[in-house]
Amino acid sequence: MRKLLLTLPLLSLLPLDAPAETPTEKGLVIAVEADARDQGWGDSRADMNMILRNQQGETSERELRVRTLEVDGDGDKSLIIFDHPADVAGTAFLSYTHAVEPDDQWLYLPALKRVKRIASANKSGPFMGSEFAFEDLSSQEVEKYAYEWLRDEDLDGEACFVVERIPQYEHSGYTRQVAWIDKAHYRPRKVEFYDRKGAHLKTLTFHEYHEYLDQYWRAHRMEMVNHQNGKSTTLTWGGYAFRNGFTERDFDRNTLKRVR
Amino acid sequence: MSGMKPDPHRIVISTLIVLTIAGLAALPAQAADWRASGFGALESRFFLHDNAPPASHRANQSLVVQPEFFTEWNDRRDSFTFVPFLRVDEHDGERTHFDIRELTWLHAARDWELRAGIRKVFWGVTESRHLVDVINQTDLVENIDGEDKLGQPMLNLALIRDWGTVDFFVLPGFRERTFPGRDGRLRSVPRVEGGRARYESGAGRNQVDLAARWSHYIGNWDIGVSHFHGTSREPRFELDLSDPRDIVLVPVYEKIDQSGLDIQYTRGSWLWKLEAIRRSGQGEDFSAAVGGFEYTYYGVFDTAVDLGVLAEYQYDGRGSALATPFDDDLFTGFRLNLNDAQSTAMLLGCISDLESTARFCSVEASRRLGSSWVLSLEARIFSEPPENDPLFSLRRDDYLQLELAFHF
Repeated sequence: MRKLLLTLPLLSLLPLDAPAETPTEKGLVIAVEADARDQGWGDSRADMNMILRNQQGETSERELRVRTLEVDGDGDKSLIIFDHPADVAGTAFLSYTHAVEPDDQWLYLPALKRVKRIASANKSGPFMGSEFAFEDLSSQEVEKYAYEWLRDEDLDGEACFVVERIPQYEHSGYTRQVAWIDKAHYRPRKVEFYDRKGAHLKTLTFHEYHEYLDQYWRAHRMEMVNHQNGKSTTLTWGGYAFRNGFTERDFDRNTLKRVR
Repeated sequence: MSGMKPDPHRIVISTLIVLTIAGLAALPAQAADWRASGFGALESRFFLHDNAPPASHRANQSLVVQPEFFTEWNDRRDSFTFVPFLRVDEHDGERTHFDIRELTWLHAARDWELRAGIRKVFWGVTESRHLVDVINQTDLVENIDGEDKLGQPMLNLALIRDWGTVDFFVLPGFRERTFPGRDGRLRSVPRVEGGRARYESGAGRNQVDLAARWSHYIGNWDIGVSHFHGTSREPRFELDLSDPRDIVLVPVYEKIDQSGLDIQYTRGSWLWKLEAIRRSGQGEDFSAAVGGFEYTYYGVFDTAVDLGVLAEYQYDGRGSALATPFDDDLFTGFRLNLNDAQSTAMLLGCISDLESTARFCSVEASRRLGSSWVLSLEARIFSEPPENDPLFSLRRDDYLQLELAFHF
């Protein structure tokens, strides 16, 4: 009995439900859960439309098609085909993304019929002149960041975790990102990007989430605002189709050369 | 009786035609969803110096159109592409020309791809010289940079394996290089008379050429190994003195064997490149190589601008100084990409002969206007080539060019 009486107070010190995680652990747990919920979709295809806006409100448009193959234990493979503007139509971009290692990337230039392996260091560069950087559109693997849970907060009436992400891969244009992840489905709702000097550079918001295959959520509209240059980009997704039966062969350099 | 002899060229051409028609016949009527695209452009060249008549004009206007018709069927496993090309030039009758850049049926299976028809193929990695790229003939009247090519009839089978892709080519129908005419600038002195071309092969233009290439990537390395057996796309030249009032150079197309290697190593902001060839059949065997790097500063001065620095060394072992200007030369250049909505880009480079004062510099810049127009600027400057340099003929042909293209 005496023994039991002694152990009881000790037991009460151990949390039985919510573990007393550090903010770092909690941030990682949220990222792992978000990642786990977005696994098993296999492959996808979608049409992307971009509207680029400058300070004067002038716009220019891009149209492209994106095919993606989920790769177990590594970053996704993706193939992007450019349709508009007409002078870049037929250009295609093949990318094998990796969590922390540099991505492998090839560009097909139809006028020269040339496949060019391109440098992996251009993560922070603008994608097609837009406010999206290559790294913003790359596959989001857990290992890409170090995490820290900052707080819980409502965003547009939706309960969210607010998590800081610090890029662990080379050549990122950001010192950190702050992401709002909704508690209901672990979907990103907003991300703030901080540049190499630590200044607030851009804000990305996600809109019009649709659910596919009864479990995978995809935002059909993404708004990126650059606070430093006053430009913005609206990215609209449509024509989503999952489990098309794509194989590695649909994401090789031979396919890159003939895809239209 | 010569008509009775089996002619390999005819057999292959017939096979090509049959295959292309077979491909088209397989095209179900309901799949005839044709996509048309392409471009048309107006080009204006301004030469900085006078030249001896008849090619004495200082300004030249030129029009080009290149539409493209494409359709695919059989769940995208089959496709057909047709790309005709037409240029009309103000002064040079030889530069006014028509070509079929592409007329191809393609079938893609799980581990092989077959292409039959007229096409363009590019091999290689370097920027200043394309040594291993031997499948297509250069359309030299288009641009002296040699990057424009004539459509080549071919049958191409690609085998796709875990250890790389092997491409086999059967190439019937030799295409002769285009050369500026009497009234064209940017031509050699004496001019080249393509109509009097000589062939080593008895079959002449009907020689069937063969080629194969293995290509793969392993980690950061992209590698290609190729071999070409057939009539050299690059001619030798011989003086034709038969008419003393009109001395011309005559292209001589010899049968060659050329092995090629192209390697690119990509890491971080660095691209390291090498192309090397060994060629036999044009006199003594020789080797040639070009190798160097491209380093890119991404987002210079905290802007979106990318600045690339390029350097390539060119070596050519041919004995004759007149064979190529690029025998012991250094190419240095800058590539500027503004990454703006108009895709403004510029490439500036010079090739300097390490053994003489000869230097060739060029600027290429382009910018999109609106959503369908692209304005391009090109400048080429030939400075102080010595008399024994092939570029000597072009010493008065420095030019500035503006091109306005409409894409659809």
